[in-house]
Amino acid sequence: MNCDEFVELVTAYVDGTLDEATERRFTGHLAECDGCDRYLDQIRRTVHSLAALPSQSLPGQARDRLLAAFRDFRRP
Amino acid sequence: MVTVGHAGQGVGMATVEEAGGGPGPGMLPPDAELAARLRGGDEAAFAALLDSWSRGMLRAARAYVASDEAAEDVVQETWLAIIRGIDRFEGRSSLRTWAYRILVNIAKTRGVKDSRTIAWSSLDPEDFGPTVDPGRFQGPGDPQPGHWRRFPMAWPSAETEVVSGEVRHIIEAALADLPHRQRVVITLRDIDGYSSGEVCSILEISAANQRVLLHRARAAVRGRLEEYYATSPGTEGGRR
Repeated sequence: MNCDEFVELVTAYVDGTLDEATERRFTGHLAECDGCDRYLDQIRRTVHSLAALPSQSLPGQARDRLLAAFRDFRRP
Repeated sequence: MVTVGHAGQGVGMATVEEAGGGPGPGMLPPDAELAARLRGGDEAAFAALLDSWSRGMLRAARAYVASDEAAEDVVQETWLAIIRGIDRFEGRSSLRTWAYRILVNIAKTRGVKDSRTIAWSSLDPEDFGPTVDPGRFQGPGDPQPGHWRRFPMAWPSAETEVVSGEVRHIIEAALADLPHRQRVVITLRDIDGYSSGEVCSILEISAANQRVLLHRARAAVRGRLEEYYATSPGTEGGRR
């Protein structure tokens, strides 16, 4: 496997969706190419950093309004 | 206005917020029980759900609409639709997927108003082609065609990087520049931690297309981080 093919397969590899033959070629290349090993590691780092992003929450007022809406909803 | 309850008031629901607000398994009761509680008007159950899902919903909605305010509107409208529609939840998908489908439909409608329509049925030209600049690899006349000309540069150690506000800023900017569909998929998968199956089911796209969009998005964000590390001196700790 060449490096330019490898870099396009990293997501499928990480998701475990490569077919068996391709996965063997992928891991074979990974074992002997430090550049691709580093590339895969950086993709994983990227995913990790994305997971660590803080996300906004609903403002308190909106939350209060929704709780009130839930409380006041007429149930059969 | 009556004083509102807090998520912590309910039985067995207090840990949701403390645990970081993520919709992790085991923190909320099973779907059937949750749905029953919502139908029965259990406010603590609703509050726990609200606190657990709203963050991810805001991010997902933001990928369809033009502003943070519009995304907030979409999320509020979604919750109202959930309140009114919980009786119609049949358990054929997970409650979360069901809720996100509602969100996506509302966000799409709103996106149309904002002239940001997104077609999901097929991939676009922007979804094809190499994700790494072909110039990074050796050409036909080189000793090892298809192999790196030079290996990607090493990044600083993870410990210093994860907490960096600057890196966060780079990633946010990279996300903002992604084509919308790529942005929605990477948001759901990598930021909110949804499985590939859930994302396909929420967006009604094939697993293959989902993977293409995710792959391109990740490669683009990685590329921006690489640029940042290459141009910022002293990334090994004492930056600035």
